[in-house]
Amino acid sequence: MNQTFFNQYRTPILYSVMALLLVIVGVGQGWSVAFTILNLCLISAIMSLGVNMQWGYAGLFNVGVMGFAALGGLAAVLVSMPPVEEARAAGGQGILVGLLILIATIFVSILAWKQFGAKSKKTGYWMLFVIIAVGYALMRLFFLPSVEAIEAVNPSVTGYLGGLGLPIILSWPVGMVFAAGAAYVIGKVALGLRSDYLAIATLGISEIVLYFIKNEEWLTRGVKNVNGLPRPVPYEVDLQQATWFQQFAADWGMEVAEASSLFVKVCYAGLFIVVIAILMYLSETALKSPWGRMMRAIRDNEVAAAAMGKDVVKRHLTIFVIGSAVIGLAGAMLTTLDGQFTPVGYQPLRFTFLIWVMVIIGGSGNNWGAVLGGFFIWFFWIEAEPIGLWLVDTLTSFMEPTHWLRLHLMDSAAHMRLMTVGIVLLIALRYAPEGLIPERTARKH
Amino acid sequence: MTDFINALIVLANFILVPALTYGSQLALGALGVTLVYGVLRFSNFAHGEMMAFGTMITIFGTWGLQALGVSIAPLPTALLALPLGIAGAVALSLILDKTVYKYHRQRKASPVIFLIVSIGLMFFIGGLVRFIIGPGDQIFFDGTRFIFSARDFKRATGLDEGLALKMTQAVTIITAIIVVAAMFWFLNKTRTGKSMRAFSDNENLALLSGINPDRVVMITWILVGALATIAGTLYGLDKSFKPFSFMQLLLPIFAAAIVGGVGNPLGAIAGGYVIAFSEIAVTFAYKKVVTYLGPDSFQPDSLVQLLGTDYKIAVSFIILVIVLIVRPTGIFSGKTL
Repeated sequence: MNQTFFNQYRTPILYSVMALLLVIVGVGQGWSVAFTILNLCLISAIMSLGVNMQWGYAGLFNVGVMGFAALGGLAAVLVSMPPVEEARAAGGQGILVGLLILIATIFVSILAWKQFGAKSKKTGYWMLFVIIAVGYALMRLFFLPSVEAIEAVNPSVTGYLGGLGLPIILSWPVGMVFAAGAAYVIGKVALGLRSDYLAIATLGISEIVLYFIKNEEWLTRGVKNVNGLPRPVPYEVDLQQATWFQQFAADWGMEVAEASSLFVKVCYAGLFIVVIAILMYLSETALKSPWGRMMRAIRDNEVAAAAMGKDVVKRHLTIFVIGSAVIGLAGAMLTTLDGQFTPVGYQPLRFTFLIWVMVIIGGSGNNWGAVLGGFFIWFFWIEAEPIGLWLVDTLTSFMEPTHWLRLHLMDSAAHMRLMTVGIVLLIALRYAPEGLIPERTARKH
Repeated sequence: MTDFINALIVLANFILVPALTYGSQLALGALGVTLVYGVLRFSNFAHGEMMAFGTMITIFGTWGLQALGVSIAPLPTALLALPLGIAGAVALSLILDKTVYKYHRQRKASPVIFLIVSIGLMFFIGGLVRFIIGPGDQIFFDGTRFIFSARDFKRATGLDEGLALKMTQAVTIITAIIVVAAMFWFLNKTRTGKSMRAFSDNENLALLSGINPDRVVMITWILVGALATIAGTLYGLDKSFKPFSFMQLLLPIFAAAIVGGVGNPLGAIAGGYVIAFSEIAVTFAYKKVVTYLGPDSFQPDSLVQLLGTDYKIAVSFIILVIVLIVRPTGIFSGKTL
């Protein structure tokens, strides 16, 4: 009886538990902490929605989540930062010419391939080789001096081209486009081959994206980071000086400084909830539509679906691009929330893995599950450190404070966190592969 | 003429010898990945961390031997500790197979599930290594540093450019040759090796002819553990041991295995050298070579470098993409052992 009750109301119960956890943190550690966690939970949830589209709907394994998220972050910088006029004057033209050459090279290669590759593959390959070599040399001829010139412009503050100076919200769709573009190229190459090739290819592309944003200082400032991205929400300082806000804080009985930081976080949470609501609506509708049924049919039996006339590779490409776009959106949102772009912060495998665990624990194939998984896993990821330290502290309390084992354990608490997530994933795959909120299938009614 | 020889020496010193060394390390790593692929039929993402684990045990053995005063100078002591490392990695592999992989194998899970499981294990082993030895750098190389240094070479030949051969490089290349030879002898000549090849070729047929699958799987993990430890130790001797760097070896290793043809041991070795040579040749600054080869008093302004050293990893990826587009089965058609 209890079991069926739980099963029937699984989703609301689990979501209430999650809300309760956040409230506990709010009461215990302060509402500011709770909202910080909530905001990152929301972003994780969007990323895991993106991964769920690829894995849950279509069974595609994407190891490059962080690469796509970093592309979203790059979009935030390129759209929102004010342009650096000096740098543009110094090297903008060279970069532009270089880019045009790059595009021309790609265009000419495609043309040449269509002309010659169709007739003889060998001539085609040689043609391509020559065209790409010449194009690359020409491009570098224009690129390198301009890059040097740009990076020499006031390197401690700018040293890069800057962005377009547009509102940062616009970068969210741009981030989607960036990630979708990268996904299209990777999908074209790796889909339709063995399933592991996609995993390895996405691992590769994400590593390269991350090396690119770390090293191309003229575009991203590299390891020097881009700070002070404009915000879509008011600044604390402005709020603290506004009379209406002082009044508002007084009404709530809070100090103005505290209230302003909380207010900003609530604003972000509101924005993110709007995004996630739209995404949820769209994905749920898509999943219920004939298109969603087709995707699941392909996932469950590719051969049968192909026999029914579905173009498996093309459908896989579509869903891979859409899922990556959602991850790019989350990446742009993450950079917006941080207010800075730190290329070193994207650890390719680690966070990708975390997103994966979110989807699998939450329930692959079920959007509500993926979102819940994003909340749960991020929450425990953040709270694991205090819990772990407390655990080590308690377990070793009988030892002297300077005992080597105790010190060693204290130092390694951070690594234990990742190891624990690994173990959690292994256990989930074995004992509960369906996740917290299993996929709904028509027959289970 | 001397200019030409000098240019060749520069190439040999900065491309040929390092690439042969790095290629041997990659080849041994890729051989392990390919074995798992051939027999167990999944891409083992945990291989890099298994290399780190085996190397870690070897380092402990080395420290122990050093404390006892045992040494085989001029060779590094780590070679003596290698069996211990292999035993550790093999033990861990077998335990993980029994506790984790076996369940999914019995359920005939899809390769993607195995892949995800191996990523979970990758973080488990990685955490274990960082927990035991810490994330820092460990240098465990001892013995003679150089077989001959650049200065010795210059003195002996009277050339302007020197060619150095480090002890670690020689040890790596020779060990790799021995291991690969032993591996092929095992796979082609022994009964067990033949049964593994049969199993990899056609599982059902192999089962019908009475090959014990559990035994094949067990032997595969033993070989993989040994290969991982040897590759990791050689890499650690040559560069230095840092748990993080083994995670970064993953992409070049996979690229090597795929370029050669996944599941094909010969391909894995060829792939390892292809990746290593291209990685080093593409990111090498050819300024000196061009200066020697060009007309007198000619000196290029730039470094004459095709791609910055930071993009090393991009090279293996680009090769991987080219192979996937042009010939997805790899140089040697994959999937036979």
